[in-house]
Amino acid sequence: MIEKTIRGLGRWGLRIVRTMGSMALFLINAIAVTFQRPFKFRLLLKQIRFFGSKSLLVIALTGAFTGMVLALQLYYTLRKFGSEALLGPAIALSLIRELGPVLSALMVTGRAGSALAAEIGIMRISEQIDALVSMALNPFRYLIVPNILAALITFPLLTSIFDVIGIFGGYIVAVELLGLSEGTYFSQIDAFVDMEDIRIGLYKALSFGLIVSWVCSYKGFNTGFGAEGVSKATTEAVVLSSVLILIWDYFVGSLFM
Amino acid sequence: MIEIRDISKSFGALKVLNGLSLTIAKGEIMAVIGKSGGGKSVFLKHLIGLLRPDSGTIEIDGIDIVTAKGQQLQRIREQFGVLFQGGALFDSLTVFENVAFPISEKTRLSKKEIAQRVTEALSDVGLSDIEHKYPAEISGGMKKRVALARALIARPKIVLFDEPTTGLDPIMLRAIHRLIADTHRKYGFTGVIISHEIPEIFDIADRVALLYEGRIEEVGTPSEFINSKNQVVRSFLTGGEDL
Repeated sequence: MIEKTIRGLGRWGLRIVRTMGSMALFLINAIAVTFQRPFKFRLLLKQIRFFGSKSLLVIALTGAFTGMVLALQLYYTLRKFGSEALLGPAIALSLIRELGPVLSALMVTGRAGSALAAEIGIMRISEQIDALVSMALNPFRYLIVPNILAALITFPLLTSIFDVIGIFGGYIVAVELLGLSEGTYFSQIDAFVDMEDIRIGLYKALSFGLIVSWVCSYKGFNTGFGAEGVSKATTEAVVLSSVLILIWDYFVGSLFM
Repeated sequence: MIEIRDISKSFGALKVLNGLSLTIAKGEIMAVIGKSGGGKSVFLKHLIGLLRPDSGTIEIDGIDIVTAKGQQLQRIREQFGVLFQGGALFDSLTVFENVAFPISEKTRLSKKEIAQRVTEALSDVGLSDIEHKYPAEISGGMKKRVALARALIARPKIVLFDEPTTGLDPIMLRAIHRLIADTHRKYGFTGVIISHEIPEIFDIADRVALLYEGRIEEVGTPSEFINSKNQVVRSFLTGGEDL
C-alpha cells in the first residue's frame, strides 16, 4: 500500500517535471524564432486586435465595477479611523499595484486565453499545424510568436485602461454618492501614488501577458485527441494560467514591497 | 527515390510499425492499403518527419530524414506536398489564400504571378470562382480539391495523399482519383497514397503495398496483387474478417 502510494507520487512528480521541461523548451523555441525574418506584422496586428480591442468592453466593465466596489468597502473601513480623505489613494494604489494587473489578466485569460488554446487545439487536431510543418514552415512563427508578442503589448495597455476606469468608477461612488470632495479624491491620489507604483503594476501586467500567452499556446499546441482533447486543453489552459497569475503576483508583490 | 528500411514505431505498449521496409521509385504512384488503425497514416507521417521512428531509416534521395535536422530537414520537406485526410485547410484563410500559402510564404513571386499560379492550380483540380470563399463555405469534395491544389502548387517532387477520398461519394471518389492521375501525368511527381478504396485505387496506382501487422506483407503491381496467392492479401481483397 505504502509502496503503491510512493510510486504514484513519484509518477506524479515525474509528470510535473516533464511538463515543466516541455513548457520551458516551448518558450525557448518561441524566443528563438521571434527574431527570424521576415517578421509577421500582419499576424501580430491581428493578434493585438484579438487580445486587445476585443477585450476592451470586459476590461472597462470589470474596471468600473471594481473601482466602485472598492470605494464602497474602503469608505466603510476608512470612516472607522476617520481617514475618509485617503479613499482616493487607497483605491488608486489597490488598483494600480494589485487589482488592475491581476483582474485584467484573469479577465483576458477567460476571454482570449481560452479562445487561443481552443483555436490552436483545433488546428492541431485538424492537422493544420502538421500542414504548416509539411510545407517546411515553422508553426511557432505563425501561431505562437505573434500571440506572445501581442500579449506583451496589450496586457500593460489593458491594465492601464482598467486602472483609469477603476479610479473613475471609485470617483463616481466616492464623490457623487458618498459626498467626498472631488479635490480631496484626486489631490490625495496625486500625493500618494508614485511612479514606482505604476511601474510595478506594469511589470506585473507584462509578466502576466507572457504567462497567459505561453500557457494557453502551449496547452493548445499540445492538445490531445478530438473534441474532448481540445476541451481538456482549454480548461487546463485557463486554470493553469489563473493559478500561475496569482502565484506570480505574490512573488512579484513580495519582491517590490 | 524513397528507401524505407526496417522502421519500427511504438506508442506506449502499442507497436504500430514493426520492421517496415519499402522502396518507392521516382515518379511512380505507390498505394499503401491496409486495415483501419493498422498504422498507414502513422507510416505516412514518418515519410515527412512529422513522426520519428524508434528505429530504422527513411532515405529521400539518399538523405536520411530520421537524422536530418534544421535546414537539411527543411530542404527535404520543401520537396513534399501533402494532401491530409481532412484537407487541413486553414480556417481563417480564403480558398485563394490557402492555395497561395506555400508559394507566398516560400518564394518571392510577385502578387500577379501568385494569382496566376493559384488560378492554374485551381483549374487543374476543376475549380473556379471560389477563390474568395472560406473552407467552411465549400463542400467536402471541394475541400479535397482545394487541398490537392495547395499540395501541388509548389510543384513538389513527392506528393503524399492520406486517404484522399475518405467520406466522399463514388462519383467524387472517381473524380479525385482522376485528378490525381491527371496531375501526376502533368507534373510527374512521386506519389504515395494511403487508401481503403479497393479496387478503385488499382486504376491509378503503379504499385500497391499491403501494410499488415506493422510491416509490408506484399508489394506488387495491381495485377500481381489481384492474382496474389498470399492468404493475407486474398483475405484483404475479399473483405475476409479473419484479418
